[in-house]
Amino acid sequence: MSIAATKVDRPPALPRGWPRQRILGYALVCMWIAFLAGIAAYLIVAWNGELFAKYAPSYVTGLGVTLLLVAISIVLGAMLSVPIAYARMSKNRILRGLSYAYVYFFRGTPLLAQTFLVYYGVGSFRPQLEMVGLWGFFREAFNCAIFAFSLNTAAYQAEILRGAIESVPRGQWEGAASLGLHKLQTMWKIILPQALIVALRPYGNEIILMIKGSAIVAIITVYDLMGITKLTYSRTFDFQSYVWAAIIYLIIVETLRHAVEWIERRITIHLQR
Amino acid sequence: MQSVWTLLSWGPEGWLDDIAYGVFITVSLAAATLPLGLVIGFLVALAKQSNEPSLRLAGNIYTTIFRGLPELLTLFIIFYGAQIGIQQVMRLYDPTAAVEVNAFVSGMIALGVVFSSYASEVFLSAFRAIPKGQYEGGYSVGLSGWQTMRLVVLPQLIRIALPGLANLWLILLKDTALVSAIGLTDILRQAGVAARVTKHAFLFFGVAALIYLLLAIISSFGINAIERAVGRQQVQR
Repeated sequence: MSIAATKVDRPPALPRGWPRQRILGYALVCMWIAFLAGIAAYLIVAWNGELFAKYAPSYVTGLGVTLLLVAISIVLGAMLSVPIAYARMSKNRILRGLSYAYVYFFRGTPLLAQTFLVYYGVGSFRPQLEMVGLWGFFREAFNCAIFAFSLNTAAYQAEILRGAIESVPRGQWEGAASLGLHKLQTMWKIILPQALIVALRPYGNEIILMIKGSAIVAIITVYDLMGITKLTYSRTFDFQSYVWAAIIYLIIVETLRHAVEWIERRITIHLQR
Repeated sequence: MQSVWTLLSWGPEGWLDDIAYGVFITVSLAAATLPLGLVIGFLVALAKQSNEPSLRLAGNIYTTIFRGLPELLTLFIIFYGAQIGIQQVMRLYDPTAAVEVNAFVSGMIALGVVFSSYASEVFLSAFRAIPKGQYEGGYSVGLSGWQTMRLVVLPQLIRIALPGLANLWLILLKDTALVSAIGLTDILRQAGVAARVTKHAFLFFGVAALIYLLLAIISSFGINAIERAVGRQQVQR
């Protein structure tokens, strides 16, 4: 026993010098630096003032379209998600089943398929839509995208909302009821403030997913940031159009991610010990 | 006017055989991407949980980049970028070389890097859920670092990471729809072709959506079976 014990290695202390891990880590970091420097060098070498002057404004409009699309979809989806989340938590079996089917369908199928279903599929219902005067609305690819995205994000947001509300302990409801608050007051003053802390991060992720997902509208001829990028590439065959788009998307997503983290730090100050 | 059932039948009249081929492509793409993404994701997670700051930095850069880019953009960058890059290299030897990159392989790589950047986060949180005592116990009975990882940590890690990875598999299955944009004949592209030819767009895209739904349902059955099997192992110990 004692002989075996002497053979046991000591637990690994923090190594000094150049252990294998450090060599690997430095090599990888150097690779990243070389890669990023390579992209920077490529953008400098490939810099074309004429091209930039011609396409930079449309990139800005494209960015605007992307942000507008996401903002409208998120807001509409948030409004739509409230009744869905309510139905998901209701005691009525039919309501629960319907809302479950809705959520399952929109979370189980690709956003691209849903967008195609709306954009190409509305043509099948042209007479009916013309009758109610909605045909003009659905002829625009942008409106179709907003329609599909709102329905999609409503399903995700409903699940976020439901999860957050259910994460609040039952005792909170009971406590509020025993103080004589009615359901709506309890929801508004007791449950939601606690639930939104839980929901903040998922909501942030959903917005990020929407921004990334909105790139697919380029396929149905909406000129958002991705659409402009595709257009620029097809006209110039200049690969830097994609690199610029990547940089812009990365900046947006990282900004959002850090903003959500900052807000989360701010609103959980009272929970930190 | 053909009936719906003729359109959805097997054979030259109907489109079912074409869509079935699309299902085959979609499923094989997802199945081919999964091991790639899991391996890369695990390695990145290993880097991110190491004591060495430079390794952590390298892993974090990887995750930040590929989690921040839209999947479609990643796909295009890899598809066109690889095409241009390989072409440039080939031109050095043969100025007339024209290269066409395989859409399946580029789709696999693009979806693989996206999957792995998310998977690395799942693995990382699983790593953090494993107490330090497990490593110390492994070292104290004389296992080497690699043995501790393989025999002690990994079996627990997989059990903790499984729900997250299952979720990622469902996301991957949906993300494969994007490869229709680079010309791979997956479910959505076949449905699109059928829709253009027959003018029954709602029908075919609806069918495509339902097929994705069906794949998701089948997957969740499979996932449940795996979770049960893994859970039973735990009970036996």
